[in-house]
Amino acid sequence: MSARNWEVVIGIETHTQLATRSKIFSGASTAFGAAPNVQASAVDLALPGVLPVLNRGAVECAIKFGLSIGAEVAEKSVFARKNYFYPDLPKGYQISQFELPVVVGGGVRIQVGQGDKAYEKVVRLTRAHLEEDAGKSLHEDFHGKSGIDLNRAGTPLLEIVTEPDMCSSAEAVAYAKALHALVRWIGICDGNMQEGSFRCDANVSVRRPGEPLGTRREIKNLNSFRFLQQAIDYEIQWQIDTLEDGGKIQQATVLFDPDSGETRVMRTKEDAHDYRYFPDPDLLPLVISREWVERTKATLPELPEAKRQRFMEQLGLSAYDATALTASLEVADYFDAVVTAAGAANAKSAANWVMGELSARLNKEDKDIAASPVSAAQLAGLIARIADNTISNNIAKKVFEALWNGEDASADEIIEKQGLKQITDTGAIEKLVDEVLAANAANVAEYKAGKEKAFNALVGQVMKAAKGKANPQQVNDLLKAKLGG
Amino acid sequence: MLNSSLKELAQALAGKKISSVELTQLYLDRIARHNPAINAYVSTQPERSLAQAKAADARIAAGDIGPLTGIPLAQKDIFCAEGWLTTCGSKMLANFVSPYDATVIQKFDAAGAVNLGKTNMDEFAMGSSNETSFFGPVKNPWDQSRVPGGSSGGSAAAVAARLAPAATGTDTGGSIRQPAALCNLTGLKPTYGVVSRWGMIAFASSLDQAGPMARSAEDCGLLLNAMAGFDPKDSTSLERPVEDYTRELNAPATAKPLAGLKIGLPKEFFGEGCDAAVMAAIQAAIEQYKALGAEMVEVSLPNMKLSVPAYYVIAPAEASSNLSRFDGVRYGYRAPEYDNLDDMYAKSRAQGFGAEVKRRILIGTYVLSHGYYDAYYLQAQRIRRLIAEDFVAAFKQCDVILGPTSPSTAFKLGDKAGDPVQMYLSDIYTIAVNLAGLPGMSLPCGFAEGLPVGLQLIGNYFDEARLLNVAHRYQQVTDWHGRAPAGLE
Repeated sequence: MSARNWEVVIGIETHTQLATRSKIFSGASTAFGAAPNVQASAVDLALPGVLPVLNRGAVECAIKFGLSIGAEVAEKSVFARKNYFYPDLPKGYQISQFELPVVVGGGVRIQVGQGDKAYEKVVRLTRAHLEEDAGKSLHEDFHGKSGIDLNRAGTPLLEIVTEPDMCSSAEAVAYAKALHALVRWIGICDGNMQEGSFRCDANVSVRRPGEPLGTRREIKNLNSFRFLQQAIDYEIQWQIDTLEDGGKIQQATVLFDPDSGETRVMRTKEDAHDYRYFPDPDLLPLVISREWVERTKATLPELPEAKRQRFMEQLGLSAYDATALTASLEVADYFDAVVTAAGAANAKSAANWVMGELSARLNKEDKDIAASPVSAAQLAGLIARIADNTISNNIAKKVFEALWNGEDASADEIIEKQGLKQITDTGAIEKLVDEVLAANAANVAEYKAGKEKAFNALVGQVMKAAKGKANPQQVNDLLKAKLGG
Repeated sequence: MLNSSLKELAQALAGKKISSVELTQLYLDRIARHNPAINAYVSTQPERSLAQAKAADARIAAGDIGPLTGIPLAQKDIFCAEGWLTTCGSKMLANFVSPYDATVIQKFDAAGAVNLGKTNMDEFAMGSSNETSFFGPVKNPWDQSRVPGGSSGGSAAAVAARLAPAATGTDTGGSIRQPAALCNLTGLKPTYGVVSRWGMIAFASSLDQAGPMARSAEDCGLLLNAMAGFDPKDSTSLERPVEDYTRELNAPATAKPLAGLKIGLPKEFFGEGCDAAVMAAIQAAIEQYKALGAEMVEVSLPNMKLSVPAYYVIAPAEASSNLSRFDGVRYGYRAPEYDNLDDMYAKSRAQGFGAEVKRRILIGTYVLSHGYYDAYYLQAQRIRRLIAEDFVAAFKQCDVILGPTSPSTAFKLGDKAGDPVQMYLSDIYTIAVNLAGLPGMSLPCGFAEGLPVGLQLIGNYFDEARLLNVAHRYQQVTDWHGRAPAGLE
C-alpha cells in the first residue's frame, strides 16, 4: 500500500473482560456458559429500586493494568451513565466512565516482524476505563421473537484505548497480541477470545503523507487476531480504492464478515446516538488512595518487558529468544525455574529446550506448559547432564521422551537405569573404532580416495556399535587419527 | 386509640390491652370504610397484614418487644415489598409485584411492624398534589374537595384520616414536608444518605430520601430509629454510628427548654409569594418559640430563588435516565400491539407513563443532550453548590432555620393541574433543602380557614435529633398537631 504512497493510521479499542468472580455492580457470578438468565440478579435485571455497588476487585484489575503500562492511576475517577435503549441493556443505560477514566496514558511496547525486518515500537495508550458489559440478544429459534440472556450483563470490562499510533495491520496485530499477553500475564483477563473475553475495535483511516488525518471508519468486535488483520487489510484497500476513484470516506461503524472477508456499514455518523452522558448519581466518585495502589503493586508479577530485558542482559539470550520466552507468564515462569535449577550458564541450552523439544511436544498434544509432564526441575537435571558431557544431545532426547511418558524420576535416574551414560573411556571407544574399521574396508578405501561422505558412514557405524552412547567428538578424533587424516 | 401516640400504642400492646391483630383489624376496617372516599391506599392485603400482626403478637407474648412491634404502618407505594404490588402510582407498574423488599421495608419487618398497605402517590413521585397518580387523586381529609399535597399524598391522607397510625414517605423536592403541611402532620426528610434507597424506586437519585410521616415529632423519631442506618447495598448511604433520634426528647420540660437555641429566619422565606394567612400562623409560631427561649436571627439564602429552576434541570435529568428501565421488555406495562422494537418502546412508554412523567423525561432528555449539557445540567450543578454554600454560611449564625413549608394551604383539586409552573412553585420553600442534602421537617402550626398550616424547620447535616427536639418542645406547648379532621368516624 505504501507503494501507492498512502499512509495508514490505526487506533484500537479493546474490551477486556476482567477476571473477577462476581459482576462489577452486583454479586452475581460471571462464570461463562450457564443457562440463560440464571446469573442475572435483581440488579442485573434492573428491577425497580435496585442500586449498583462497585466491585473493588474490578478496580484492582484496573490498577494492575495501569501500573503494568506505566500509566497514571487516577486518584479520582467518575462513573457516568451512557444512555440508550436496547433490549439487552436492562437499565436503558450502561454504567461506564466518560470524562474522568481510571487509567490515563501509558504505553505498550510491541515487536513487529522477524529477522532483518524486525523492529520495536511503543503504542501509546490514551486511557483505560471501567464499565459494565451488556447482555446478549438471541435471534435464533424463538418463533420469530428475540430472546434476551442477561448472564453477561454487568460483567466488568476494562476498555483500553490507544492513540492512533499503528500504521499497518502487522502493527495492529502485534499490539493486540502484546496487550493480550499482558492482560493474561497480570491475571486480569482470561484472554479467551472465542468466549468474547478480549474483543477489539479498530479505527482505520488513510491519508497522503503530510496531510491531516483522513476520515476514519471503526471496525467493531473483532475477536481473533486473524480477523483483526484481515479486516484491517480489507478496510485499508477499500479506503484507498474509494479515494483513488475520487470517492469520499464517510465516518461509519462497520462490521467484518469473516465469510466474505469484507467489511460492511452498520451505521453512519448521521444515525449516531446522543448518549447523554452524565455522572451516575447512584455511585460516588471512585477514589483510589496511593496506599491502595502500592498494595496492589506488591501483588504484581515481574512484568514481561522487565523479564525480557533481564533475559537478554543477565542470561545473554537473543532478542528473539527473550521475546518468545516472555510470550506468556507460564512459559516465562517455567523457563525461569529451569534456569534457576540448571544455572545461568545453561540459559541458552534451557531456552533451546523450552522453545524446541518441549514446546513441540506441548503443541503436538495440545497441552499448556503449566500441565507439562516434564517438570522444570526434571528438564534442568537433563540439561545439566548434557552440559557435563554425561549424555549427548541425541541421548538427551531419549531421556526427555522417558520423562514425558510419565517416568516419575530424575534425568540421572533414567540415565542410570537405562544405561545411557556416555562412553568417554578412550580405550573402549578405540576398541569399537578398530572393529568398525576392520569390518568396513570398502568405506575406508572410499575415504582414502577422497570421499568425505565415507567418513560419516564410519562415524555412524561406530555410534551404532556404541548404541549411541559414545562421545561423538572422541569418535571423530579417534577415527581421523586411525585413518591417518 | 386512633389518636394515641406510637409510644402509647406500644404500651397498650405490651400491657395486652389490645393485640396487634385487633389494632390491625381496627385500621383495616377503617380503610375499608373510608378509603373509597379518600383514595389514600392503592393496595391492601388484609390476610398478609393480619399474619404479620399475629407474628407480632407472638413476639410480644414471648417478651420480644421493640418500640414498633405490632404497630401497623402505611408504606408509600414507592417501596418495593416482596409479594406486594409496587406501582409507584403508575400504569407502567400497575401489574408489578415486587420479588424483593426495600431496605426500609426489611427494617420495619425486623422491628415487628405490620404493613397495612401501600399508599397512593404522584406517579413516580412527580407532583405536588397527588393528582398525577394513575390510581386517581387522593382527597385531603380536612376538605375532600382539596388536594393532600404530594407526592406522598396517600401517606399523608392515610395518617390524617386515621387510616394508619403513621406512614413512610419520600422527599425529592418536598414530597414529605408539603403533604405533611397540607394534612396537619409532622414529617421529616432526613439528611441525604441517612436512610437507604435500596428498593425505593428512584425518581432523582441524588435528591431522593425516605422519611417518616406521623402525628408528632416523637413518633417521627421512633420511626426514623427503625429506618435509618448504613446499608452496603446503597453506595450513597452513609456509614455512621447508630444513633437514637429520640434521645433529646425525654429531657424534663422546663419553662424555657430552648434557651440558647438560635433560630435563623431567612429573609427569602418572608418576602412576597406566601399567603398572608399562612404567614400569620408562622409569625405566631415564631412568638411561641421565643417564649420557649429561642433567639431569632435573620439570615440570608441569596441563591434560594434559583432553587426551583436548578431543581427542574437536575431532577428531570436524573429521572429521564432512571425511568429508562421501564421499557416493556422485562416487567411492567407493554403495549398490546406494536410493529417492531422501536415501536414497542414508543408505544409502551407513551401508554404507560402519564403526562407529568413524560414532561419531565422530555425536559431531562433535553438538558442532557449534546450541546445543551453545559448550559443546563452543569450550570444547575453549580447553582446547587452555591445553594449548599448559602446554608453552610447560614448555619454559622444559627442552629436551625425556620420558615413556611408551603406558600399556601391545600388548594382545590384541579386548580393547578393544568399549570405545571404554578404547581412547581408550591415547593419553593422545600426544594433548596434537597439540593443541599440537609434534613428538614414540617410540623403543624395552626389553621387558615379550617385548613392546616405547616411550619418548616431545617437543620444542619445529621442534626435530626435536634430538629426533632425543637419540634417536640413546640408540640409540648401547642395542640395543633393533635387535631383530627371531622367526619371520618
